[in-house]
Amino acid sequence: MLRKLVLLAVAAAVIGLGVFWFVTIPATVPASALANRTPDLANGKTMFYAGGCASCHATPNQEDKTKLGGGLGLKSPFGTFYVPNISPDPNDGIGKWSEADFVTAMLKGTSPDGRHYFPAFPYTSYQRMRTEDVRDLFAHIKTLPAVQGRVRDHDVPFPFNVRRSLGGWKFLFLDGKPFQPDPSKSAQWNRGAYLVNGPGHCAECHSPRNPLGGIVTAQRFAGGPNPEGEGWVPNITQQGLKEYSDKDIAYLLETGNTPEGDSVGGSMAPVIHNTSQLTPEDRAAMAAYIKSLPPVEGPKRPEKK
Amino acid sequence: MFRTMLAVTAIAVGITAVAAQSDPIAARKQHMKDVGAQTKTGGGMAKGELPYDQAKAQGIFAAYVTAGEKLPDLFPETSKTGGDTAALPAIWANMADFRAKAVKFVADSKAALSSVKDLDSFKASFSGVTKNCGDCHQTYRAKKN
Repeated sequence: MLRKLVLLAVAAAVIGLGVFWFVTIPATVPASALANRTPDLANGKTMFYAGGCASCHATPNQEDKTKLGGGLGLKSPFGTFYVPNISPDPNDGIGKWSEADFVTAMLKGTSPDGRHYFPAFPYTSYQRMRTEDVRDLFAHIKTLPAVQGRVRDHDVPFPFNVRRSLGGWKFLFLDGKPFQPDPSKSAQWNRGAYLVNGPGHCAECHSPRNPLGGIVTAQRFAGGPNPEGEGWVPNITQQGLKEYSDKDIAYLLETGNTPEGDSVGGSMAPVIHNTSQLTPEDRAAMAAYIKSLPPVEGPKRPEKK
Repeated sequence: MFRTMLAVTAIAVGITAVAAQSDPIAARKQHMKDVGAQTKTGGGMAKGELPYDQAKAQGIFAAYVTAGEKLPDLFPETSKTGGDTAALPAIWANMADFRAKAVKFVADSKAALSSVKDLDSFKASFSGVTKNCGDCHQTYRAKKN
């Protein structure tokens, strides 16, 4: 009897490990999936600004936001992540990456050496991007200056530093679906929805997260405590922005000025540096989509004294 | 008469200075509110919701100059906490940079004040000048509520 129980336990453990192993295999996009094409560099630049790449990857404490040497420390409840060098430097950056490596990183969250990236890199949003847009972005980044210097390792304690377990996280929070346009809505709304949910990755900060660090789907865009530390991230559904017109939101994305006459600060200030570089049409599209978000009650914001 | 006026002015200035010293948090928040009210008007004109008004446009930049000149002195070491302040400790760790940002804000506002002449020139200089707001708030302010 005991023997049978032990055998059963061992069998269950083996099956469990097998399932874990299978589920947590890092996904990739093969080079064969990418047909030959000439990249559209202008579109790549648009994706660079819509994606806010420089906000995290630009070398800190210098003016040139096209120097993507990395090194910024991103604090989180799971430890501090140090943003990698994604400049075209062949040794310290992504100069030796193939296009498929880059597409795999953006859409699958998997590194060229086959490891899971931590979701501090917002591939949960980037997975919605069109492959062509990602390829154009890669071509644009290749035109930027190479920056030497490898960034230090993340400061993330056990058990969060077990990369393989991120496969389980991805199983829960990464569905691998590209953006699906809504045919009942206008082209402008769909463009906005794509920019906000895909490259713009607005929901990554503007949503509360569960204890595993996944976005609380029912409260997407409803704000919450700042995951990087001090302050509060505003609710950008109509619960929080009902006083804002489409024009107000577009103007905020252009200038950082709110309709009350305040200006956005914290991590939103560098976002404005990026969105101010987009076309007025793209900002208007993002505004139209954000204005359409139904009101959702977010986590309770501390009272004003 | 002139002497009396001078004395009264001196006392008034003195009282303002003392008030600022005794409650610098309240004083700087008031300056920020003044700037915000002006920026609201400016944003309204830039968005085309309010008609362009040359006097108002100049008033906005003049108010920025006033606030920008006073603000840096309203962050003494004793005012790091209290009064529901959104000011971050980074201000006191980087006081030279903080002050330099205020100086740039004043200089940009003065340049805008002397050059603004119509809606187009206003729009251009207004968005440039108010970039200074975000550049400072990025590092030195965190709203808790």
